[in-house]
Amino acid sequence: MPDYSDKVMDHFSNPRNIGEINEPDGLGEVGNPVCGDMMKFTIKVKDNRIEDVKYLTFGCGAAIAVSSMVSEMAKGKTLEEALKISNKQVAEELGGLPGNKMHCSNLGADALHKAIEDYMEKQGVKAESAT
Amino acid sequence: MKKINLDNAAASPLEPAVLEAMLPFFTEHFGNPSSGHELGNVPRKALEEARASVARLINAEPREIIFTASASEANNLAIKGLIAANRVKGNHIISSVVEHFSVLNQLKTLEKEGFAVTLLPVDQYGLVNPEQLDQAITDKTILVSIQAANPEIGTIQPLDDLVKVAESKGVPFHTDAAAAVGWTHLDAKKTGVALLSLAGDQFGGPKGSAALYVSKKTRIRPLIEGGIQERGLRAGTENVPILVGLGMAAKLAAETLAERVKKSSILRDQLKESLINNVPYLHLNGHPEQRLPHNLNFSVEFVEGEALLLRLNMAGIYVSSGSSCTSQALKSSHVLSAIGLPPELAQGSLLFTLGRQNSADEIPYITDQLNSVADLLRKMSPLYHQYLKEVQNNA
Repeated sequence: MPDYSDKVMDHFSNPRNIGEINEPDGLGEVGNPVCGDMMKFTIKVKDNRIEDVKYLTFGCGAAIAVSSMVSEMAKGKTLEEALKISNKQVAEELGGLPGNKMHCSNLGADALHKAIEDYMEKQGVKAESAT
Repeated sequence: MKKINLDNAAASPLEPAVLEAMLPFFTEHFGNPSSGHELGNVPRKALEEARASVARLINAEPREIIFTASASEANNLAIKGLIAANRVKGNHIISSVVEHFSVLNQLKTLEKEGFAVTLLPVDQYGLVNPEQLDQAITDKTILVSIQAANPEIGTIQPLDDLVKVAESKGVPFHTDAAAAVGWTHLDAKKTGVALLSLAGDQFGGPKGSAALYVSKKTRIRPLIEGGIQERGLRAGTENVPILVGLGMAAKLAAETLAERVKKSSILRDQLKESLINNVPYLHLNGHPEQRLPHNLNFSVEFVEGEALLLRLNMAGIYVSSGSSCTSQALKSSHVLSAIGLPPELAQGSLLFTLGRQNSADEIPYITDQLNSVADLLRKMSPLYHQYLKEVQNNA
C-alpha cells in the first residue's frame, strides 16, 4: 500500500463535494486514462467568490484525496485567492503525498484554475494562476 | 472485521506441514551439507530429498533440479546461463510480450549487448501462436523463452505445441513456469523443455525457495561462481531450511495436485459467476477456459484500480491491480496492453488469486463489497458520467 497520510486516507474515504454543477460558471478538466488520473471541476461564482465547487475524479487514492482537498480549500475564496492555491499547497494540506504521486495525481489545483480561467474567459478577463 | 486474502500469488501462508518440516533445520540440524563431519549428514540427506520431491512434481530427475532463491533468479540463470554456453551458435532469442520482467528486462540488456530479440505478440486472450513462433525462428536462434502461464491474466500457453516447434528446429526452450507449477499438470520430460523455472512460494512453500530444471542434455554456465554446490551451477551454502520447505510443498502438491486443481477451479468459477452476475461493468481478462485454476482478472469499467484496491483493503479484502498507480514504475500492466485492452480498462484491473484458505462462504461478502466499492467510485467518475450522457443522447 502506498504510504498515505491519515489526512489523505480521510479525504479518500470520505471525499467532500463530489458531483457536477449543472450549468456551471466555469469548467476545468485535466488528465486522461492513459496516465491513470482524470479530474473535472465545475464552479459556481457569485460576487467574485467561488460559491460552490464540485468535481468528478477517475484516479487513485491520491487523486481522489487531492480533488476533495482542493474543493474544500477553494470554497468561499475570491477568484484571485483561489488562483493562488498551488498543487504544492494542496499536498502540504494533505500532510504530504508519496513522492511518485506528486506529479501524476496532484493535478487538482490545475483543474480548479482551468475552471476559473474558463469563467474569466467567458467574462472577458485574463487570469493569472499559481502552478 | 473479516480478512480475506485474494492476493495469494503475492503471498500466502505456509502449509503447516511445510513449516514443521523446516523448523529442525534452523536449530537441531543446522549443519552444512558440504561438511565432512557428521553434522552435515542430516541436512545433506534432507536437501537431496527436497530435490527429489521437486523433481517428482514436474517429472524430472533429481540431478536436473538446481535450487535458486527466486524464480527471477532461475529465469536469469536459464537465459544468461544458456546464452553463455551457446554464444557461438548464434545471437537470436525469441520470447513473448507478456513475459515476467525477470525475462523481459534481461532481454533488453542483452539487446544492448548486441543480441537480436524477437518478442512474439499474443492474441486477445494472451495466447502465443505456435505458427508465429515457427516463422520467427532463424538459423541464428539459440533460445526460445515463453512462460507456461501468465501470472497476471492466468492464461495457460499451448506449451506442448510451442516446444514441439522449437524442438523441430533444434532450438532449446525455456519456460518460466513460476505461475503454473503446483497449479497445472506439468511434465518437463514429456513436454521436452530444456529449462523450466519454478517458485515454491506459489504453491505453499516459503518465499526465497525456487528452482531451475535443467534437462540432462542442456548445457548452461553459472551466474554465481564459487564452490561446487548445485553441481557448480549455483555456488554458495545451500539455504537448507527454506529448501526443505520447498521439498515438502512440492511433495504435498504432487500428492494432491488433481484435487487442488479441481477444488480451486470450482471456487474460481463460483466467484466469477457471482461477480459477473452481481457487479455491473465487469470485463474478464485472460482466456475464459485455458487459465490457471486460482486466477481471476477483471477490469471494472469507469474506475481506477488503486482506488478499488484501497477501498477493498478497508473492507478487509486484499487484491492486486494492474493500474499505473499501483506499479512502482507508474505504468499500467504490459500484459493488459499486450492483449489490446484500452488504457481506461487496464487502469481498472483487479487481480484475484485464490489459495487454500479461501472458501465459498466468502463469496457473498466479496461480491457485496466489490459491488458497493465499484458503485461508489463509479458515481464520482467523469468517464461514467460521460458514458451516461452518451447513452441519454442515443436514446
